[in-house]
Amino acid sequence: MVRVKKAKYLIIGNSAGGIGAAEAIRQADKAGTVVMISAEPYPAYSRPLISEYLAHRYPLEKILYRPADFYDKNGIQAILGRKVTQLDTGEHTASLEDGKRMAWEKLLLATGGLPILPQIKGIERSGVFAFVTLDDARAIDRHLYGGVERAVIIGGGLIGMSVAEALVKRGVKVTIVEMKERVLNTILDQEASALVEQRLEQVGVKVLTGRTVAEIGSHSGGAVTHIVTDDGATLPCELVIMAIGVQPRTQLASGAGIRINRGILVDHRMATSCPDVYACGDVAEAYDFVYGENRLTPILPNAYLGGRVAGFNMAGVTTEYPGGTAMNSLKYFGLAIVSAGMADPPADYEVVSEKHGPAYKKVVLKDGLVKGMVFAGDIEKSGIVFGLMKDKINVNGFKQALAADDFGLISLSEEIWRAYLEAPSSPSAPSAASSSVMGG
Amino acid sequence: MRKIYIKEQACIGCHLCEVYCRVEHSQSKDPIKAFKKESPQPLARLSVEERKPVSFSIRCQHCDEPSCVYACLTGALQKDARTGTVTVDEERCTGCWTCILVCPFGAIRRDVQQGRIAKCDLCAGRDVPACVANCPNEALVYVQNKAGLER
Ligand SMILES: Cc1cc2nc3c(=O)[nH]c(=O)nc-3n(C[C@H](O)[C@H](O)[C@H](O)COP(=O)(O)OP(=O)(O)OC[C@H]3O[C@@H](n4cnc5c(N)ncnc54)[C@H](O)[C@@H]3O)c2cc1C
Repeated sequence: MVRVKKAKYLIIGNSAGGIGAAEAIRQADKAGTVVMISAEPYPAYSRPLISEYLAHRYPLEKILYRPADFYDKNGIQAILGRKVTQLDTGEHTASLEDGKRMAWEKLLLATGGLPILPQIKGIERSGVFAFVTLDDARAIDRHLYGGVERAVIIGGGLIGMSVAEALVKRGVKVTIVEMKERVLNTILDQEASALVEQRLEQVGVKVLTGRTVAEIGSHSGGAVTHIVTDDGATLPCELVIMAIGVQPRTQLASGAGIRINRGILVDHRMATSCPDVYACGDVAEAYDFVYGENRLTPILPNAYLGGRVAGFNMAGVTTEYPGGTAMNSLKYFGLAIVSAGMADPPADYEVVSEKHGPAYKKVVLKDGLVKGMVFAGDIEKSGIVFGLMKDKINVNGFKQALAADDFGLISLSEEIWRAYLEAPSSPSAPSAASSSVMGG
Repeated sequence: MRKIYIKEQACIGCHLCEVYCRVEHSQSKDPIKAFKKESPQPLARLSVEERKPVSFSIRCQHCDEPSCVYACLTGALQKDARTGTVTVDEERCTGCWTCILVCPFGAIRRDVQQGRIAKCDLCAGRDVPACVANCPNEALVYVQNKAGLER
């Protein structure tokens, strides 16, 4: 028998985006029923921390994103380890894989991403893993006990770095195969990528750039024993990680006729094309304040904030998403590099940069506005530049100082730092106070 | 909540706030030991910025809408709903520095030795934070809101 239950708020996805929404809903509505459903059988954990989990064999408790009593304390019903298979947006219901149906008044799709798995010959062999979920990390951990000396990571992006660090800590010899000419090419500029590659070399990680994997091979006909690159070279390995990236998990939304570009399209309130349905996080294509258009920005801070905005709107508190942009802090192998926005801009952008020994700072500008940044080494004041970028503050009067060794709030114009000092309550306050300098 | 405000025209750039902050956050609470002997080295949770003749010290502002809390990858940073303080659970902070990238004040510091952040906690357990209590020129004030700041 199909049992229909009713949730005032139904959240699909129990990760950063879903939690952001749940916390906002509870701030605005203490009583309305909140149900969170996730295909993963765990309470919300920090996805980036699966790397630490694999490196140190942490217990689950150490990587939880919220304390274990989160659901109880907030009066949230969590249905874990079950997938939603279908939505009926007209009827306002969701069908679960066990045949149950759940009715909802407001729905949030925070379904995240799925690993991109290209059609490489041999990808189905045992010993080949993705690195996106805790279960992936667990499976890799078990595989390591089978005796893994060498691993090949396909993809030199954020996920590739993250799993490389964990494997090195577990004593595995790692080779990264990156199709483009440098690692982290989508989030760093050439100079910062070179710093990362140098560091990888120091810790014994080999990097093959400009290469792809043509085949994942096995001498035994079963588990992986080697890979063959596109130039015919053979690399022995007992473990292969597919780390090319994630793509929005849009199946549910497309089945329901919700508008999708690369991700689910949302407006400034994180609402989809379908009434009462919202989306956020890796699955959504939301406003990017650097590009001034909707883009995929699959990072955790944007998932949480988008979820928070969606949650308030679902609860009837009109709230606008200020936008997000690509931004990352890379601390792998002891490095300290942050980047945001356009790290590697087209030629018609202005670049202010300074080297300070092994450290450097670079700020990308267009018409007096910050459009991108990379800080390597000395990163403690980088957030000030990020704030100027986010709040679209004209920096023409002091742009050279942004990359200086002693950069700080005091390097900004007096009008701006005074606004910061006098309104130290909310990060948006200074921008409001300094909007008079916008556009110079 | 009460917050720390700076009267920048009264700041003489003496860095005593930094010294007292560091001592307050040391194990020994003794300046000589804190600076010379302790390991891990205690860090000041604020920084003094100077461009003579102007100077002021910057620390966590415990924002109403804290970007750092929203950006925290692990859940270590939280805004205490009761006190308004932005707190960091040192056990859960892994030192990913994402919060540093989004702090518009540049107020969060890296404690590299311990692999986690260090930021102002308003001196939990003290009525008046150490930096405010020891500012020789009363450039730092700890008041309910800006209105309590006499100019
Ligand atoms: C190894 C790794 C390292 C990373 N490092 C960083 C980093 O350093 N900094 C950073 O900002 N970001 C990082 N990220 C990205 C970050 O983890 C994501 O941006 C973030 O988790 C997105 O949150 P989300 O809520 O949108 O979705 P997700 O975290 O992807 O969660 C979506 C959830 O929805 C569930 N779900 C999907 N479909 C259904 C369905 N039909 N029914 C039920 N449940 C469903 C999934 O099972 C999953 O639990 C990293 C990611 C990985 C994998």
